[in-house]
Amino acid sequence: MYLKLQRDGETIEAELAGSWRGPDLPAIDAELAAQSLVGARRIVVNVPDSVTLDIAGAWRLREWLKDAEKAGAAVEFAGSPPSQLELIDATPGKKKHTTPPSSSESTFEPVTALGKQVTRRIQAVKYALDFIGHTFVTFARACTSWRRLRAASITRHVYETGITAIPIVSLIAFLITLIIAYIAAQQAREVGAEIFVVDIVTVGVLRELGVLLTAIIVAGRSGSAFAAEIGAMKLNEEIDALHAIGVEPNEVLIVPRVIGLVIAMPLLAVIADGIGLTGGALLCKWLLDMPLPLYIDRVQDAISPTTFWVGIIKAPFFGLLIALSGTYRGLQVRDSSRELGRLTTVAVVQSIFLVIFANAIFAIVFWQLDI
Amino acid sequence: MSAASPLVEVRGLVNRFGAQIVHDGLDMTVERGEVFGIVGGSGSGKSVLLRSILGLQRPQSGEVLLMGRKLNELSRDELKQVKAGYGVTFQQGALFSALTVLQNVQLPMLEHLSLSPRALEELALLKIRLVGLPDEAARKYPAQLSGGMVKRAALARALALDPQLLMLDEPTAGLDPISAAAFDELLMDLRGQLGLTVIMITHDLDTIFRTCNRVGVIIDRKMTSDTLKGVTANPHPWIQAYFHGERALRFGQRMDDGKNDSKGGPHGA
Repeated sequence: MYLKLQRDGETIEAELAGSWRGPDLPAIDAELAAQSLVGARRIVVNVPDSVTLDIAGAWRLREWLKDAEKAGAAVEFAGSPPSQLELIDATPGKKKHTTPPSSSESTFEPVTALGKQVTRRIQAVKYALDFIGHTFVTFARACTSWRRLRAASITRHVYETGITAIPIVSLIAFLITLIIAYIAAQQAREVGAEIFVVDIVTVGVLRELGVLLTAIIVAGRSGSAFAAEIGAMKLNEEIDALHAIGVEPNEVLIVPRVIGLVIAMPLLAVIADGIGLTGGALLCKWLLDMPLPLYIDRVQDAISPTTFWVGIIKAPFFGLLIALSGTYRGLQVRDSSRELGRLTTVAVVQSIFLVIFANAIFAIVFWQLDI
Repeated sequence: MSAASPLVEVRGLVNRFGAQIVHDGLDMTVERGEVFGIVGGSGSGKSVLLRSILGLQRPQSGEVLLMGRKLNELSRDELKQVKAGYGVTFQQGALFSALTVLQNVQLPMLEHLSLSPRALEELALLKIRLVGLPDEAARKYPAQLSGGMVKRAALARALALDPQLLMLDEPTAGLDPISAAAFDELLMDLRGQLGLTVIMITHDLDTIFRTCNRVGVIIDRKMTSDTLKGVTANPHPWIQAYFHGERALRFGQRMDDGKNDSKGGPHGA
């Protein structure tokens, strides 16, 4: 029981009872819905001291009284109205709140939408080019002095993006070699050309897979870390603080990361290649009973002087792409933690896409150069 | 929970981080309807004390009783119930940056109450208006608000569940004196009309003199608490410097009014 009603002709005496608090609202709703105020001209509300009334309860009472007034009843209180109700009534801004503007503009205007989309894309490309240009200028300027190159910072990034990635890169390189070797062995065995497994594994790993997989792992590890780290600094106004101190954020945050990753990527790729070749040797021994000297012989025949370099030359470019997209997305974070998550995702997806896209271009170029 | 037990009681609290001892046998009692100010030097463990009361910080020893119940002996459901009984604002506001102010206020309601969508909307808006924010602010994200508005929005979220107890960490820090005074007034209004109990960490002498009945000073890892008059009369040099330094002198007169000694009884709580 939340409300005791006593009807006396056209007057209703309403006495509140029990607890009128937030958790009671559903029950109060149900009870009030069952009450009929038909024919009432006057409602006298009594709120005894024993009733616990919080703002939610007072609001519900106010709503009910409003409905009663709409139905033509005059409302008055026995004694003074409770202070909670007074607080609500004294709160300004009773007017119907404005509907959110976004929903009212939902009419479909394809040409406008297309135009907006296009200008936004063009703007985005401009910003990205602006960022890349700015980064290179900062890099060029930093190269003029040792102090501005931030050697300590670069070392830290080489360590964090390179050295600490060695275990996972090695493991992945080994597993990929294993997969290729198995597939190749299966096919080659049918035509009795097991020796070509060595060619496929070594050329595949050295030219393409070693560096590509390393880049994908690094994009997932370090691209996301760059975006999240810089994004959090952005949210925390640390970037603004750097500007205010007169330190260029690009110089202390972006350039060291880019240089660090450009150095770390080739090193990781070399390690991936090494693990790939070692793994290939082990697998050829286990799978095909190929003695080690024969394997080494075959490797020397299979690879040309350029094979190794064709793979490695791509690594710094991939590092550059990953570092740029990670840091760029990090700098775009503003206002909310959700943006941080979204842009970190964008950074990783974009850097992986860019790496694979660049790899395709490299493949075409090398084909044309006949390497 | 019996009406006789103090709303918040801390007994023999010990907090230690490595070799650094923050609290060493700290006691604190807050009665219903009080506005209790916590003061202390930087690094004296005010925020750690608040975190201990909230259960965010597990003390090395000692116990915290909220509404007469030992915090570390409660089950998950009981703890949830206790948490619905207090509202907190953090130093930086700690509004959820991905949600609008309205959604921020609705979040505790959604979690603890079962309300119709209309009631949810109206009640949240009511809380937002109650703390003096314009309706437009409801649709804004925290990053679009000024510092003072963030403090108010945080208070609106703390009030979302109509708590009996408010815990505020430096609610007026960073506000201009006029906004700070308005905030104090708002707090006193709410306290008078809702029968709130307030625990507040603050360095703002204005706020202390305007709002607090009792003040607890953290000195030497323990708390000395007394009425405002009693504390200002305490001979401890740090307290003397705090309350009778140059900045405090201008309040001397206001203190003698004695208007802060009245206790507003909670309305049927």
